[in-house]
Amino acid sequence: MNQIMPAHNIGDYVPMIDGPEKVSGRAKFTADLVVPGALAGHIFRSPYSHAEILEIDVTEAAKLPGVKAIVTGADCDKTFGVLPIARTEHPLARDKVRYCGEPVAAVAAVDDATAKEALRRIKLKVRQLPAYHTAGAALAPDAINIHECRAHNIERDVFFELGDVAAAFAGADLVREGTYNCAEVCQNQMEMHAALADYDAVRDRITVHASTQVPYYVHLMLSQILGMDMSRIRVVKPHVGGGFGCRTETLNVELIAALLARKAGGCVRLVVNREETFITHRGRPETDIRLKIGLRKDGRVAGVECECTQRGGAHSGYGVVTILYAGSMLYAIYDLHNVKYIGKRVLTNTPPCGAFRGHGTVDVRFAFESLLDQMASEMGLDPIAVRRTNLLKVPTFTDNDLMVNSYGLPECIDWVEKASGWKERKGRLLSPNGIKKGLGFACSHYISGASKPVNWTGEPHATIKLKLDFDGSIVLLTGAAEIGQGSSTVLVQSVAEVLGLELSRIRIVTGDSDVVPKDNGSYSSRVTFMVGNAAIDAANNLKAVLIAAAARKLDAKPDEIECLGELYRAGAQDKGLTFNEVVTEALRDTGTITVTGNYSTIPESHGGKKYRGSAIGGTMGYSYAAQVVEVSVDEDTGVVTVDKVWVAHDCGRALNRLTVEGQVQGSVWMGMGQAMSEEAAYHEGLMLTANMLDYRVPTIQDSPPIEVGIIESIDPHGPFGAKEAGEGSLAAFLPALTNAIADATGLRFNDLPVTPDRVFAALEKRVREAGRKQNGGG
Amino acid sequence: MARILSLTLNGRTRTDAVPDNLLLLDYLREVAGLTGTKTGCDGGECGACTVLVDDCSRLACLTLAATVDGRRIDTVEALAVDGRLSAVQRGFHEKLGSQCGYCTPGFIMASAGLLRRNPRPSDDEIRDALGSNICRCTGYVKIIEAVKHAAALCAEGMAP
Repeated sequence: MNQIMPAHNIGDYVPMIDGPEKVSGRAKFTADLVVPGALAGHIFRSPYSHAEILEIDVTEAAKLPGVKAIVTGADCDKTFGVLPIARTEHPLARDKVRYCGEPVAAVAAVDDATAKEALRRIKLKVRQLPAYHTAGAALAPDAINIHECRAHNIERDVFFELGDVAAAFAGADLVREGTYNCAEVCQNQMEMHAALADYDAVRDRITVHASTQVPYYVHLMLSQILGMDMSRIRVVKPHVGGGFGCRTETLNVELIAALLARKAGGCVRLVVNREETFITHRGRPETDIRLKIGLRKDGRVAGVECECTQRGGAHSGYGVVTILYAGSMLYAIYDLHNVKYIGKRVLTNTPPCGAFRGHGTVDVRFAFESLLDQMASEMGLDPIAVRRTNLLKVPTFTDNDLMVNSYGLPECIDWVEKASGWKERKGRLLSPNGIKKGLGFACSHYISGASKPVNWTGEPHATIKLKLDFDGSIVLLTGAAEIGQGSSTVLVQSVAEVLGLELSRIRIVTGDSDVVPKDNGSYSSRVTFMVGNAAIDAANNLKAVLIAAAARKLDAKPDEIECLGELYRAGAQDKGLTFNEVVTEALRDTGTITVTGNYSTIPESHGGKKYRGSAIGGTMGYSYAAQVVEVSVDEDTGVVTVDKVWVAHDCGRALNRLTVEGQVQGSVWMGMGQAMSEEAAYHEGLMLTANMLDYRVPTIQDSPPIEVGIIESIDPHGPFGAKEAGEGSLAAFLPALTNAIADATGLRFNDLPVTPDRVFAALEKRVREAGRKQNGGG
Repeated sequence: MARILSLTLNGRTRTDAVPDNLLLLDYLREVAGLTGTKTGCDGGECGACTVLVDDCSRLACLTLAATVDGRRIDTVEALAVDGRLSAVQRGFHEKLGSQCGYCTPGFIMASAGLLRRNPRPSDDEIRDALGSNICRCTGYVKIIEAVKHAAALCAEGMAP
């Protein structure tokens, strides 16, 4: 007799369960849903950055045969926004337009050509207002308010000082200050925004398919904007072509599609193009940072002062949260005391920014790791040794009350130091003619889900259902939004692992509000931790039902039953029952079995009350990463080539090594784009880079090998000990790159992206200055 | 104006009346119903719509449907043999060359075109062949591994 053993998958290299659909072209994304008879939706956008709307004349457009509905701000006086405290945005502008590209009207017509012609016939009359395209301009004393409810164009001021920063600096051996500027960057996910809204006029119901990371938030905002009861709304999330944060809030696209569909009494397909996707972007804001660090001669950080100003764009979005993260996440990576933070989130007449991967943490981490590296170098200390001097001792609570339990940063540092040959190679790389080579190091961290969700309802943080029926298959029902990060795979893995079954026994249904339990969605790296724990809970609950059934059938006590996945038995001598026999017995009393699994964060993880907004940053588990970047700098052209990246990421336990590697490589690479080439540039508020040629995403030709070390610190609360893997390693790339360039050339770049133009200009400047000194000037 | 387009699409001949200004991309997605080929940009920026025209990769968004009259067009839907994944498809699936999956059909077709011409490409040849396709998820590391894995499967006799 073959010995039956429980199946295991945790820690394996598991290809994604929805991979076959994606590689065969069968996976349907929202724009792939071709509905015969659907109307084509198109949006009329403001050509002005800031203007009072005097008139929107749609009469000529409405006369065009084939036009079925036109909506403007007059059709909806409600506002939306992801934060209940900051719902300042109308799906279609009313009274005022606040950025170039803001939706003003929309048309549903029988085909694209008719809809586009209708847009040409819409006449917008305005009185232009002063427009502010930078944070500085919006903060000027004489600037008018972009939103009446936000005085001086400040979305949120943050201030805290924990400890005594002045005393810390006075007692430090070296105090240095740097200023940093990080350009605005866009997610530029591959799938452009799309929505398909189908209004049922007979029943007054609406179904909206949307390319979103947060179907539940879309559901909430549809209800608010349409003024429809939530029970009349169904939201479906098909396959989603990437998010990186741009879809972590309801976008005007899905709301406009719904308004059009209701007005037309039918089905509207609204697929925006790449330029519009850029304008809708919700990316990382342009950020100016002034950072001051005091260091003792042993490398200990004595105190930190950080001032951070974000150009938030024309609407609130996640702004309050972003500016809070930028401050709170100074903590929880090193043992810091005496920290002062001054944050300003500013409203400007540019497209609204949002929650880009590494939300709020990336630019400040860039500044911190850059300045620390610079100071280490000035004091003649090894930058890695300086990090080791400042490590946390866990478990602990930081000065701002963040709970840290598992902490694999020391092992991450060890791994990259060894793998990159840091000790042997740092400062000893051969530089062929005209090429300077260097190594740079940096660390970063991120949360595994915000412990307090933005829409606090008192429900568990995550809920999943498992359905077991006569066929012996288990259907996992979840609202967790699979957007390519592998959430569906990891949830199936978790259930299979607990039950000792092969993955093939389990099917997953996601993203249809008619069927799946509510889920807050895929953001802040919450899904593996929170929904994963709910999946384990549900699987344990199902296992208890099956064990009880087996015990009944085998005339044994439940605690005598051994579950071997495909076999349940009462002791090693028992022939036992097959899984299907147990299922038949279990169904006898109740018919179809449905069990629930829940997860909630613990109050200790919710942050403190030391300053307003201090819950932001609280999580059940922080991921950690360390990186070494090797560069070649061509001194003749200013071109920087990344030759290799070594990255170690502490994800608690790697549930799926394949997808962890993929997430970490993708994060590092996305950091590379921000560091080296990506920038949303504007001329008078008009985005100049709203295509993938001018918005320079690295191609396969520009991209280095990225070697991943997985560090498993086993978090006490994580599902099987896991933490997040999809964001934490992004931030360290930026400073590791500029530290490597400094190592190679002696030049320090505090402004991103570090383009060849910037490098070339700095090299030229140095040559000129050296020449001047030689000529006796100086 | 419309004209008659006859072509071999994924191994089957078909004939349609198409407007002169219809893009091959829109013909594939909206006339033929083959939505595996994706629209990722406003024209020639991203490679998501890559298809094979007589085994050479081509951007369907920059090709008028009328210009491929009489040609052989293969899209991602053509690769599977009797419902089983081809070598390139398996490579992308098993090595995680695909995350969100949106750029994947374009990468797969460009890779299939490469392997049909060059069954044992070097890393540099892979980079050259995929240089005009953008992926926002993977950082490309696993895409290169996927193509190499596919090449190994081809060496065992699988079709690209």
